[in-house]
Amino acid sequence: MAKSDSNSPVHESSLGSAPDAVASFEDDRAGFIKKLQHTLHLNPSMVPLIVLLLSIAVFGLLLGTRFFSPFALTLILQQVQIVGIIAAAQSLIILTAGIDLSVGATMVLSSVVMGQFTFRYGIPVPISIVCGLLCGMLCGMISGLLVSRVRLPPFIVTLGMWQIVLATNFLYSKNETIRAQDIETQASLLQFFGTKITIGGAVFTYGVVFMVLLALVLAYALKHTAWGRHVYAVGDDKEAAELSGVKTGRIILSVYMLSGLICAFAGWALIGRLGSVSPTAGQLSNIESITAVVIGGISLFGGRGSILGTLYGALIVGVFTLGLRLMGADAQWTYLLIGVLIIGAVAVDQWIRRATV
Amino acid sequence: MMQPHTQSSEHAVAPILHAKNLVKRFGRVTALDHCDFELYPGEILAVIGDNGAGKSTLIKAISGALVPDQGKVYLDGQEVRFTSPLDARKQGIETVYQQLAMSPALSIADNMFMGRELRKPGFMGQVLRQLDRPAMEAFAREKLNELGLMTIQNIRQPVETLSGGQRQGVAVARAAAFGSRVIILDEPTAALGVKESRRVLELISEVKARGIPIVLISHNMPHVFEVADRIHVHRLGKRLCVLNPADYTMSDAVAFMTGAKEPDVEAVGV
Repeated sequence: MAKSDSNSPVHESSLGSAPDAVASFEDDRAGFIKKLQHTLHLNPSMVPLIVLLLSIAVFGLLLGTRFFSPFALTLILQQVQIVGIIAAAQSLIILTAGIDLSVGATMVLSSVVMGQFTFRYGIPVPISIVCGLLCGMLCGMISGLLVSRVRLPPFIVTLGMWQIVLATNFLYSKNETIRAQDIETQASLLQFFGTKITIGGAVFTYGVVFMVLLALVLAYALKHTAWGRHVYAVGDDKEAAELSGVKTGRIILSVYMLSGLICAFAGWALIGRLGSVSPTAGQLSNIESITAVVIGGISLFGGRGSILGTLYGALIVGVFTLGLRLMGADAQWTYLLIGVLIIGAVAVDQWIRRATV
Repeated sequence: MMQPHTQSSEHAVAPILHAKNLVKRFGRVTALDHCDFELYPGEILAVIGDNGAGKSTLIKAISGALVPDQGKVYLDGQEVRFTSPLDARKQGIETVYQQLAMSPALSIADNMFMGRELRKPGFMGQVLRQLDRPAMEAFAREKLNELGLMTIQNIRQPVETLSGGQRQGVAVARAAAFGSRVIILDEPTAALGVKESRRVLELISEVKARGIPIVLISHNMPHVFEVADRIHVHRLGKRLCVLNPADYTMSDAVAFMTGAKEPDVEAVGV
């Protein structure tokens, strides 16, 4: 780039003697706070991780071994497994700047399909399970097509789908519960995710293992594959992503379908957790999954955050719930504190965002 | 390195990019009104026009970001129908849009390779579809160094941590790195300071020296008259005339594009 003198017009002739550094910037931000802000900006899941470890430490100090035991700590994992799986699905959608209000309904309908196909029609259990998984994926596909092709806002689409799927669930199941004993004796594969692994005092279920593996696999896919980068790009700035050559419609559709499939897996895990198939289960899953996502530091505006953050978010809620219950506090204290955490998480998110420049 | 004053109306060669009779309407607004456009091999064609004249719409129509309601686009004599920017990119047409088209939260390397990521060879890439980050980062670093536009400390830093000029540099580097047939730059210097603008202009000359034709949309008359071989004047949604910068002054060009003066017959045509 030494040509600049010869080419430039007369009025810019002094440029040759100007300093060469262009738009370079020095990091003159001293101080611990600024550095912390910058680090958190680069690693958005660190905040929920710190909060999680702190809350475990605090409850551990207050409650001693009642809380700080392998049994109690793994109990938290078991209690959050369903929300954790659903929240992973929710995270994917929220990363694309959408929201899915139908996750809970999709989960329940899928579990009902698995149960009813087995018990009403006598279809072999593995096939019923596959049908249930396909059912969840189909629900996601309908939402995905409406969002990506018809270009309706995700909030409206999934608000509608929530009602449609939930009503379908009640109409189809005739509001019948399939009893746990029947499933146990005739179709134990439906309770697969409830299988327990005991190591010392720690009790894990396959559902817990699945939740952790799912989070790890999704974290890998989001970070290390082109698909994952495109998911972030779509949520960050859809138009820019489109102009830089991302097939945004396809990405959005794939995210909704994958999320529907994950919800169906949550439905299967739900049977393992409850033992029975109940069409009235999981009514709070929507709000609980969004809570985990927000506490986990994923931005509701899309394109920022990580799936591991969501897992930490779900665990934070679990720690508070169990910790406060063991302390004998009124359950309303849990909701109150979770409310504080949600607002705190978003405030921290905004603060980190200002580290941008 | 360039022959600045070739008389462009005597083109013996066929245009590399050619649009005929383009029409694009947005509701009741006609943004392109039976507009023609030609770009010849190896040249820098400037497109000038007042705000709202339809320059950006023209660029989007030939780069696939918009599908025109009517009209045809030819690349090397072959009719092409781009329905997305990706179609145009596959044909070697790279565009730097005014809004830069970057994902702020993603890294420089991620942005440069958006939509054409490299995967690792073997099992990791084919089965696990893992991105080849080191290769992409090395390539991005090399291209940015070549460009000499900026002192990037970390190729992994998110684009949102860059200044406006640096972002522009990344966008131009991306186009220059991948554009094999045509590069389209929409207002590449609008957000830049004097020195940064100069670097971008130098880059434009370098790309031209490689034989790749450039379409340059700009408001900056000194820049246009400095680098352009021909000037396409756009007014009210269509091409008013094509000027040879050697024959006209900047004030003539401004007068034509604002409608203060009508071009004489010789200036019209190609």
